[in-house]
Amino acid sequence: MTTSANLDSEAALERELKGLIADVLGLDPAQAEAFGPESGLFGHLPELDSMAVAGLLTEMEDRLGIVIEDDDVDGEMLETFGGLLAFARGKLDPR
Amino acid sequence: MIFTWNNPAAGGTEGAEELCVGFDRDRAVRVLVLPAWFDEANKLRRFTLEVMRRLDSAGIDSLLPDLPGCNESLVPLQDQTLEGWRSAAMAAAGALRATHVLAIRAGALLAPESLPGWHYAAQSGPKLLRGMIRARTIASREAGKAETSEELMAAGRTGGLVLGGWPLGAAMFRALETAEPVLAPGQSDIAQSAIGGPGLWLRAEPDEDAGQADRLATLIAESLGNSAA
Repeated sequence: MTTSANLDSEAALERELKGLIADVLGLDPAQAEAFGPESGLFGHLPELDSMAVAGLLTEMEDRLGIVIEDDDVDGEMLETFGGLLAFARGKLDPR
Repeated sequence: MIFTWNNPAAGGTEGAEELCVGFDRDRAVRVLVLPAWFDEANKLRRFTLEVMRRLDSAGIDSLLPDLPGCNESLVPLQDQTLEGWRSAAMAAAGALRATHVLAIRAGALLAPESLPGWHYAAQSGPKLLRGMIRARTIASREAGKAETSEELMAAGRTGGLVLGGWPLGAAMFRALETAEPVLAPGQSDIAQSAIGGPGLWLRAEPDEDAGQADRLATLIAESLGNSAA
């Protein structure tokens, strides 16, 4: 599993997260590339149920080298791609 | 080909007849396939069978038994224990005359140490529980119920827990908290990176990938010295 070593740039983190969502949803990388900050996730994509979201968060922990606590998981973080990206950025650079 | 095998009584659990899917042509190499568990079992079922089909073409027998409490099994899942599943895997290896084992994801926790073989993308017990507990907290929150992972873990340890629709008994739950896959002599890891592409267990919906099935079957056939078809 890759870890946070090459995720210091915003673009790299965005690419990693898009790749992860593509893996979960079975999308072509090109389709995931089209995700923008307002693209809806949990509650918008029917296939993204609680089990799939749990898998996505667990894979995020592995790939980004972060730990996601219960309290981190809220509607805002999961609702849009922008929310998830902001969350991941905050976890990687909490200063 | 679907047939039955007998899981004998062991460790306080009753024996029972269980189903098995197999490509059984009485060939020299017979691979016991221990599948992924629970939600991942559904997502990887077709992939697992596709790999078995390719092994068949490569001249290799493969046998996929139902574990007690899973699939068509008539015994309750909540009565199953990790030890019970380990002895069931060993009993299946004997009854089906397996020469090798292919253990997939959490199936690696059950791989009989007497058989050489492969652990594909092995998963530990703690990671399995973490994912399932998280799915439950997310679903509960959506339903307006507050449940924390700590509360659920404590409840699981004492009274068992239903996770993702699967009722796990307390003994199974406690055993999974520390269960790590162990490679026995003659067994080797096959990581997802060796197969290429994202693991199909990640998918929100069950899916298939012929290329991944080709590569896993080829790796196995090559390590046995059989040429893959």
